[in-house]
Amino acid sequence: MAQPLVKKDDDRDDEAEYSPFLGIEKGAVLQEARVFNDPQLDPRRCSQVITKLLYLLNQGETFTKVEATEVFFAVTKLFQSRDIGLRRMVYLMIKELSPSADEVIIVTSSLMKDMNSKTDMYRANAIRVLCRITDGTLLTQIERYLKQAIVDKNPVVASAALVSGIHLLQTNPEIVKRWSNEVQEAVQSRAALVQFHALGLLHQIRQNDRLAVSKLVTSLTRGTVRSPLAQCLLIRYTSQVIRESATSTQTGDRPFYDFLEGCLRHKAEMVIFEAARAITELNGVTSRELTPAITVLQLFLSSSKPVLRFAAVRTLNKVAMTHPMAVTNCNIDMESLISDQNRSIATLAITTLLKTGNESSVERLMKQITNFMSDIADEFKIVVVEAIRSLCLKFPLKYRSLMNFLSNILREEGGFEYKKAIVDSIVILIRDIPDAKESGLLHLCEFIEDCEFTYLSTQILHFLGIEGPKTSDPSKYIRYIYNRVHLENATVRASAVSTLAKFGAMVDSLKPRIFVLLRRCLFDSDDEVRDRATLYLNTLGGDGSVVETDKDVKDFLFGSLDLPLVNFETSLKNYEPSEEPFDINSVPKEIKSQPLAEKKAPGKKPTGLGAPPTAPASTVDAYEKLLSAIPEFADFGKLFKSSAPVELTEAETEYSVNVVKHIFDGHVVFQYNCTNTIPEQLLEQVTVVVDASEAEEFSQVVTKPLRALPYDTPGQIFVAFEKPEGVPAVGKFSNMLRFTVKEVDTTTGEAEEDGVEDEYQLEDLEVVAADYMLRVGVSNFRNAWENMGADCERVDEYGLGPRESLTEAVNAVINLLGMQPCEGTEVVPSNSRSHTSLLSGVYIGNVRVLVRIAFGIDGPKEVAMKLAVRSEDEAVSDAIHEIVASG
Amino acid sequence: MARHLCPSVKNILLLDSEGKRVAVKYYSDDWPTNSSKLAFEKSVFTKTLKSNARVEAEISMFENNIVIYKFVQDLHFFVTGGDEENELILATVLQGFFDAVALLLRSNVDKREALENLDLILLCLDEIVDGGIVLETDASIIAGKVATHSMDAEAPLSEQTITQAWATAREHLTRTLLS
Repeated sequence: MAQPLVKKDDDRDDEAEYSPFLGIEKGAVLQEARVFNDPQLDPRRCSQVITKLLYLLNQGETFTKVEATEVFFAVTKLFQSRDIGLRRMVYLMIKELSPSADEVIIVTSSLMKDMNSKTDMYRANAIRVLCRITDGTLLTQIERYLKQAIVDKNPVVASAALVSGIHLLQTNPEIVKRWSNEVQEAVQSRAALVQFHALGLLHQIRQNDRLAVSKLVTSLTRGTVRSPLAQCLLIRYTSQVIRESATSTQTGDRPFYDFLEGCLRHKAEMVIFEAARAITELNGVTSRELTPAITVLQLFLSSSKPVLRFAAVRTLNKVAMTHPMAVTNCNIDMESLISDQNRSIATLAITTLLKTGNESSVERLMKQITNFMSDIADEFKIVVVEAIRSLCLKFPLKYRSLMNFLSNILREEGGFEYKKAIVDSIVILIRDIPDAKESGLLHLCEFIEDCEFTYLSTQILHFLGIEGPKTSDPSKYIRYIYNRVHLENATVRASAVSTLAKFGAMVDSLKPRIFVLLRRCLFDSDDEVRDRATLYLNTLGGDGSVVETDKDVKDFLFGSLDLPLVNFETSLKNYEPSEEPFDINSVPKEIKSQPLAEKKAPGKKPTGLGAPPTAPASTVDAYEKLLSAIPEFADFGKLFKSSAPVELTEAETEYSVNVVKHIFDGHVVFQYNCTNTIPEQLLEQVTVVVDASEAEEFSQVVTKPLRALPYDTPGQIFVAFEKPEGVPAVGKFSNMLRFTVKEVDTTTGEAEEDGVEDEYQLEDLEVVAADYMLRVGVSNFRNAWENMGADCERVDEYGLGPRESLTEAVNAVINLLGMQPCEGTEVVPSNSRSHTSLLSGVYIGNVRVLVRIAFGIDGPKEVAMKLAVRSEDEAVSDAIHEIVASG
Repeated sequence: MARHLCPSVKNILLLDSEGKRVAVKYYSDDWPTNSSKLAFEKSVFTKTLKSNARVEAEISMFENNIVIYKFVQDLHFFVTGGDEENELILATVLQGFFDAVALLLRSNVDKREALENLDLILLCLDEIVDGGIVLETDASIIAGKVATHSMDAEAPLSEQTITQAWATAREHLTRTLLS
């Protein structure tokens, strides 16, 4: 450890720079620390030695356990000195050493003495030190003093106790919570910072009591809050209360809005800003509510202080994502910030402008940005590129200037992340703006001519292989691609070979020439390149004549791998080399809805099988195993789908029950996972009585009751129904838990002989159309869509009525259909008025279904959608429309 | 969860003109090791080096943190907070630190003076923020608290600098009280 320090000193010598710590060395300082043991203490000398020790620690030097203990014991001797300056250094040193529990005992009495000293400075500091190093047991001893300190008339002492309370609340909440009367009193303190610290602690003590927080806010917003910091806290608590009581927003005024608006006229800038930010972050904020906040932020934009400008532009930037119109008033101020010395401010200003700008200002903005790009760091450039991408999608007509801009910056110097952001943006623009395709592809071709990143080159080559053959003149790309075969590393060469093959497969006229090129690749030095060339020559039909390519070959080259990669990986790992080749069809296609399982997991007891501790990844397998072990279900055939567990009871009730729906071709099995949460009860002969009168097509065939359900040991009940084969029958089932309950003596754990029959009403359960749909994604939706063809396409339009937001409508439809959203299309960009979602799934009977939905929102939140369904079976396409029409 | 409601400071740094530590104090676990701390200091130092933070405090974002900084002579002052923090609160903390140091060093604010009075700087840090929570932001009060220690000691006033610092501090204090 001493090594780097010595080195540093050498550097210093060169500069002949003076430092009091020149040549300082840990061993020597530890020696010096012996002066702490002198009978005649020299406070000045001791202070200097402590400063040296602190300097060493501050420079990152560490003490061994032994060294730390020695220093600690030596330092404790210094409590004998009455020098105030030295005492303060002792406090600092003890905090830095963070002594262990048995060491703490040594200083406790000294510190407690200081806590009751007449010198306020001693008291305040001793409280902070003691609370920092103390543990729970010691805390109960000093609790009385701390409570007094909280209401001490000296503000420094009170603050010290309050701040210590905030820290201690994390480790010893039950003790600190007992102080709330004193803290409450301190909130009324006339000392500004005491009020701030008391408010912080009081809120943390009460944070789980919504009503108490609401009362606190109500009383304080009417009273006086003295320090700006406390006022900021109050604003934060107020917005929390508003958020949690978010109900009556339609009826007119929002509670506490007036308070927030009033804070905009506070004299402290930090309060004004806090209030403005709080208003912009209100849920569903209206433009009338926004206006005053935007006005003060606009004033900040022209402040001479960079911090103010930054804070304001950062907040406005966020507002622009959801309410671009509200920010347009600030555009002029924002434009002048493009030349701001502080590049962070300039970047935020530009990206805000890109969000709020209108079509006519695009060109002017681009000109300004071009000058600006050259002198900012990559991380800022990425932000700008992303903003430009969304602007381009917003104004597709302007693609020419934006695409030019992107290609220009693509040619300039930049790191991988930056280049990747540009390439991604160009790819997205090509995909979404048909007119931009040809020029975009050429820009990418030029880029790979001189691209130092293998990853980007291969990505672009892959993309070229898919898009290039569909352009008006595919031949012009061949040169760029074949150049790669000459000039690049093996990875890129191999991708280039694949891309060439795709051109050969898609463009019959190019085939002979492609063959010539591919044959040349047979002599490549790398075996992967040679292998690919050989493979493609054979699959494409090696004679090189102008013939049409087989559908099979196209599928092979362009077909997407319709398998979740995780499943594929597991299957491959499980495959043992044998005579029998690996069968790709054996890989399960169901995407495991892990996020859902994870979301449900925390804070809940494992509810039966499928939930943790059995790993969520293997749920499907686990269900299959569980069901196949029950002889009654043996002839139901293959399990098609198991739903996620549906809760049939409220959380925290006596019995907790959820149900998993298992769908078979001709049967449905409900698996009720039951947990008894009452220690004093044992349930026997537990069964679920299902009333299927609202599910006409279902008839009950088997019930598997549970013999006993002891406390906290989950058990399963199964009820099976028959339904018409292959038909997606739907219906509603009401459930009643019936059982015999026996009292249990919790001390002995024995149950009484006699039980009482009882019933417990559960919530209803529905089998819906989505239960017959497997969430199976495709990796390339467009290809899959085109390959499916329009033969069995069904298109229709639907009005969805008024909706909260577009996002809400999109999610509702996705959930209704139970399909897998592809290419991230379940996410609706904020403030967009229309959106297209691509969904994929497998319907019962193993029919693949693809769905493309165009949503539009109009005027007063009326959402309409155009639903296009493609599948291999007309009846299925109709069935999907049926789901939507009846849902 | 509710902890973020309370304004909090992640670190306070005082570096020299080469980015070396004069005094630093970390209050969060974001940088668990000394090397991660050094890496953060290096990146913050180099990225802010060219900016002009001598008149007004400047501001920037690093790894989802807000850093506010101000330079004087060969000293670079930094205060870091989370990206949800109110920038102006952090700026107030920085200004409090900056001005308190100026008071304590009698406006002779440079690296040499700071190292010679490192005890004052460390006490100053201790009085501004406690475990991430803002204790005090008023520079004259902070400097007053730091300088108290020799004032009412019955021991001889050994350090001239401290006495003078106290005098300056008291002067400032009266000024703020009167204004």
